Amino acid sequence: MNWRRSLVAVCLAVPLLILFRFGLTRDPRAIPSPLPGRAAPDFSLAVFSIPPGEPPATPRLDTVRLRDLKGKVVVLNFWASWCLACRDEHRVLSEVATRMQGEDVRFFGVLYSDTPDNGRRWISMMGGQSYPGLLDPDSRTAIDYGLYGVPETFFIGRDGRVAYKQVGPVTEIFLVGKIRDLLMQPVALGNVP
Amino acid sequence: MGRVAAIMATVLVIAGAAQSQAPAATRLADTSHLDDSVRAVAQTLRCPVCQSESIQESPSDLARDMRNVVRQQLAAGKSSDEVKAYFVSKYGDWILLKPRARGVGVAVYLLPMLWVVIGLVIVMLAVRRWTRAASVAAPHATDDPVSASASAEND
Repeated sequence: MNWRRSLVAVCLAVPLLILFRFGLTRDPRAIPSPLPGRAAPDFSLAVFSIPPGEPPATPRLDTVRLRDLKGKVVVLNFWASWCLACRDEHRVLSEVATRMQGEDVRFFGVLYSDTPDNGRRWISMMGGQSYPGLLDPDSRTAIDYGLYGVPETFFIGRDGRVAYKQVGPVTEIFLVGKIRDLLMQPVALGNVP
Repeated sequence: MGRVAAIMATVLVIAGAAQSQAPAATRLADTSHLDDSVRAVAQTLRCPVCQSESIQESPSDLARDMRNVVRQQLAAGKSSDEVKAYFVSKYGDWILLKPRARGVGVAVYLLPMLWVVIGLVIVMLAVRRWTRAASVAAPHATDDPVSASASAEND
């Protein structure tokens, strides 16, 4: 009789332990994004910081539109001056953007829930930024991209689809690897459904 | 004749004033209705920052911006379901505080009912076992000659 009870106890305990073990491997705060694989939400954002050495933004160039970047790989990094983790990845993003300047990839830093003055001060404190900084008033673009914190980085392929979403700081190996993968994609023709 | 004209002029002025107040009252009613609709939708959406409360209750900047999006979309004529669908398309079903009864979400509604049914079955089986044990034990008690004679002596 006792061995029967033990068997029942084991049969109940083992699946529960497996479930708990699975739960420990997951980040309870992570929100699964439905965006990868879908057309990247269009945006039209004002430039608030330009990379050193580039001419000052003119009225015609002071807005970046995703639809003007067709056929290019776009790295869209959301950040804020109050975000500590953003410091960790800033050097990597800036260096990789400089290194890939001649390639079909564009980097943009979107300031999230922050002021342009704070953003400019932070960039200067961090030793500059080799790609444009964009403003997202009222977090409209952030919400369009399903943002829930910073830093978050979106990789948009040549086909205009969101290929990857990285929550938290990016590493150099990850960043370069993803961009190289996306640059291998053929240039898309026509609109993304 | 002059008095009639004066009365008519007064009536026209009052009517004009009433008419100019009517759109203001309508606007106020519309705004109040929009506020209610925004609140109703915002209460169903989870705040991505706090994660445990709705964007209506959350004090975070993102929740405030999301409430503004809800307001803008409702004011633009979208229905509550269309606004919720927009947020689901950005954040997935996770954004809904009350999961939809489809796919894995069905489990949220079915599992509690399943546990209740399993609990009832266990209780019924236990009660049946107890009553059967009691009915089996009772005849033995009366058949026992010692206890029977003891009870007769007590009588």
